[in-house]
Amino acid sequence: MKNSLAQVFKSGKFLVGFSIIVAIVLAIIVYPLLVPGNPLEMIGVGTFFKPGTYISAYDAVNSRSFYTLNLTDAAAKRVASKLSDADREVMLEWFTLFFEENPGDVDLEEMDINDTQTLVTLWWETYDPSIRFDSMTSAKRKYIARVDAQLEGILEDADVIIAAENDDGTLSQSSVILGTDYVNVSDIASVRILPLGTDNFGRDVLKQMISACRTSLLIGLIAGTIATLIGLVLGLLSGYVGGIVDDVIMFVTNLFTVIPSFVLLILISFSIGQEQRGARVVAVVIGVTSWVWTTRSVRAQVVSLRNRDHVNLSKLSGHSLVRILIMDILPYIASYVIMAFILQVCSGILAEAQLSMLGLGPKTTQVPTLGLMMYWAMAYAAHINGAWWAYFPIVILIAIISFSLNLMNTGLDQVFNPQLRD
Amino acid sequence: MKNMLEVKDLTTKYITRFHEDVYAVDHVSFCVKEGKSVGIAGESGCGKSTLALSLMGYYFPPLHYTSGEIIIDGKNISGMSPDEVRLHILGTEIAYIPQAAMNALNPTQRIIRFIEDVIRAHQPKASKKDIYDLARKRFEILNLPADVLQRHAVELSGGMKQRTVIAISTILSPKVLIADEPSSALDVSSQKMVIKMIRDLMEMGYIKSMIFITHELPLLYNVTDDIMVMYAGQLVESGSAKQMVFDPVHPYSKGLMDSIIVPEEGARDIKLAAIPGTPPNLKNPPMGCRFAERCKYMTPLCKAYAVKMTDFGDVDENGSHQGLNRSYRCLLPVHELKASYESEAKGGAAI
Amino acid sequence: MSENGKSLVLSGSGVTKIFGSGAKKVVAVNKVDFEFHEKELVSIVGESGSGKTTLVKMLLGLISVTEGDIYFMGEKRDIRSRRQKKEYWKGIQAIFQDPFSSYNMFHKIDSVLLDCINMRGGRSLPRPKKIEMITEACSFVNLKYAELTNKYPFELSGGQQQRLMIARIFLLKPKILLADEPTSMIDACSRATILDMLLGLRNETGMMIIFVTHDIGLAYYISDSVYIMERGRFVESGKADAVILSPSAEYTKRLINDVPKIHSPWDFTKAAEGASV
Repeated sequence: MKNSLAQVFKSGKFLVGFSIIVAIVLAIIVYPLLVPGNPLEMIGVGTFFKPGTYISAYDAVNSRSFYTLNLTDAAAKRVASKLSDADREVMLEWFTLFFEENPGDVDLEEMDINDTQTLVTLWWETYDPSIRFDSMTSAKRKYIARVDAQLEGILEDADVIIAAENDDGTLSQSSVILGTDYVNVSDIASVRILPLGTDNFGRDVLKQMISACRTSLLIGLIAGTIATLIGLVLGLLSGYVGGIVDDVIMFVTNLFTVIPSFVLLILISFSIGQEQRGARVVAVVIGVTSWVWTTRSVRAQVVSLRNRDHVNLSKLSGHSLVRILIMDILPYIASYVIMAFILQVCSGILAEAQLSMLGLGPKTTQVPTLGLMMYWAMAYAAHINGAWWAYFPIVILIAIISFSLNLMNTGLDQVFNPQLRD
Repeated sequence: MKNMLEVKDLTTKYITRFHEDVYAVDHVSFCVKEGKSVGIAGESGCGKSTLALSLMGYYFPPLHYTSGEIIIDGKNISGMSPDEVRLHILGTEIAYIPQAAMNALNPTQRIIRFIEDVIRAHQPKASKKDIYDLARKRFEILNLPADVLQRHAVELSGGMKQRTVIAISTILSPKVLIADEPSSALDVSSQKMVIKMIRDLMEMGYIKSMIFITHELPLLYNVTDDIMVMYAGQLVESGSAKQMVFDPVHPYSKGLMDSIIVPEEGARDIKLAAIPGTPPNLKNPPMGCRFAERCKYMTPLCKAYAVKMTDFGDVDENGSHQGLNRSYRCLLPVHELKASYESEAKGGAAI
Repeated sequence: MSENGKSLVLSGSGVTKIFGSGAKKVVAVNKVDFEFHEKELVSIVGESGSGKTTLVKMLLGLISVTEGDIYFMGEKRDIRSRRQKKEYWKGIQAIFQDPFSSYNMFHKIDSVLLDCINMRGGRSLPRPKKIEMITEACSFVNLKYAELTNKYPFELSGGQQQRLMIARIFLLKPKILLADEPTSMIDACSRATILDMLLGLRNETGMMIIFVTHDIGLAYYISDSVYIMERGRFVESGKADAVILSPSAEYTKRLINDVPKIHSPWDFTKAAEGASV
């Protein structure tokens, strides 16, 4: 027994899968300690804030200490962040037409439109709103004029004046923010890092995902345990006792086999109703509908063990049915049952995701699950809005969990099944 | 008479998962003359099946060829790759029949198809009709119903299947037939039919010589001309079947022959011999005689010196040397061993 | 009932086992009668498919009897309840063919033997006493308990495992021992040891041994009387000498004729009789 355990941990595949799962579990435990708070708290007013660091503008403006930094690239950066690719393309187009009529020594072929400095300098030198090209539509001309105005606005040296209403109702200047004013981020009270942005309800996706992962693993574990237990008990009884017990159990099992278990899952989930459907209930429902193949395979194993002489000998020693099942049969199929359990956990997680995608998952307001996150991302068209952070990390996480569980299973299979050993 | 099969110092080993060498066949030498059959006896794990695989060049991991020569009718086949062996040796030079051969037939094919495959592998242009005629003729001679050719394997009984497999694998009249427990999985009547067929094949010259491996000594006695006894990867004694069964010299062969039980008058009065202990671990074989640990005649020298197979003068009852040389692997002289056996037999009777 | 002053320990009349029903009905054992006496060594000889294993299981009470009665110690056997079964199994025990599958590989040798003492009602004995009994049983089969303790059965050789099985029987001391091909998986040179131990056990405890085998030579060598089984029926039975040396049933004749022998020639002329496609 110890020997085979050592063998298991020598299997590379098992080890990789196991390490990933352990890392995920560690993350589930550690992350909430580092970043406490309710994962379902709606912090963002609005949908799908993109990933990044969020600094309170109020705190920034009201910061007591401004630092003056003379950084020359500040304006360029401002321009660079404001000028979109489309704007730059249009500017380039203007240059092309301009140099066709007024040949100069500028090589447009060589020009890099992402080099904001040269682009803007050239623009300043050449742009004249009074020049009209015949080949240019008036809409484009107006667009170019807007881009020019925008550029001028950005590059204006004027300071921002902040005014507040006085007691007598008139506005008065409360502070001035200069172009060279900087704030130290550590002085700002409210900074929020959202590595994966927010979802459609303005909830922190990463925080929610970690919590959802915990719930989903739990659902998988509960579903897997229930399915394996039911499957094991029925399989053991059916295989070992045989006769009428076998017939009845196999009849029920066959019945469940021909009804697609997912359809059953949907029907049961639906009939339970939204109000009663917590994460645990969903887990139990998944467990109760997915024991079928465990039963069949455990039964097949037990049938081949039933006639082994050591079982006969145990009978002759007067041991009870339960004792024979537990002491003489179970150890022989234990490795197999563990493998089946791992696969059941995996399929439990997937089944929850599938159910939730159909809107039949756990009650939506209490716990996040991976499936529910996918559901909301889809319901609010995250994929159309380009909010990849709301669904892509979830998909990857589900894939990684499923991959590592299956990897563990393959590793175990190679250890326990000598025919597959090399 | 010329030698059909000559084996010189053949050594083959298994390499285990932990990269240990297990020399399952250790410096085995013997030769089989045309028209003769040699039996190999020994307990399970002594290397007799490995010897069979080694002889037909079946070197697939973990089995590896180490050294020695295998010469079939003057043609040295040692060191050939398994592919070469399959193309040029199997079927025409050597035929091999393992215990479960009968289960190797693809159940979806008719028997004639297997025969076509075997013949076409060596004569690609053979016509269907020629093959059928040849097969039918051979089956008739061997007393197998010709309609078997058109049947599927599942329709035949175990004994019939095994006989069919033997007929198929000897259809090209190989020079050596290696039969590894070909009848052990069958009931006694089918076993007898299989053995009868093998004897017919020998008599009619469809196979020139045979190596027969089994742990059933009475069967070996009835099938082969000569017997070799193997122990822990080595030959320990060889001689004619009669000499080996009734007059064994090596203490291990003696023990083996004294454990024969047959349903014959007087069988109940024999005291069965028992050899205590287990064979040595071949990963780390003893330096001296491999049987020393279990031998009741062991002397201190036995553990220190490994003895080679030594011929001793006995010629078989015909006064000729047609079969295997009478030889044994033991430090003690033949007359001393025989004297001990005799006195023991008397002592045993007195008790 | 008695024969030579020996009382009947196990007998049966019309014992039948049918598997399946309707078109798939298979009669594995067909109305067999038998009488096994005290201290006797009886062999049941049959080839594969003759139904001998089914008969063994019925005798052991591992499977039910379809028809017919089995009498144990003169009384009709009734093993419907678990308690009755347990009581019955104190009187009849078995050694199986394959020693490698006869042990639970997760249990140590100690627990296998301790189990036997517990079954004999020795659960409350002090531990030194139990160890003493186990040591005695092991030495009976030429094994050293000190070398076996804390080992698993699969660490032993086939012959040693089979001897351990006999040690188990030594501790249980049943009235009847069913030995189902106990030597067929063992090398010829260890076979004699096992047979000697079985015979020694019989002399020591006076148990009756039912020896099931396909090897008619072995049956002849070891037994007092022989039952020849063919397709679920006993075709011949009687004293070993009578059955083997002058068989009357066709099947027995053929069986003996077809077995290779060393003192008389192996007769191939009758070989065609048993042939079938």
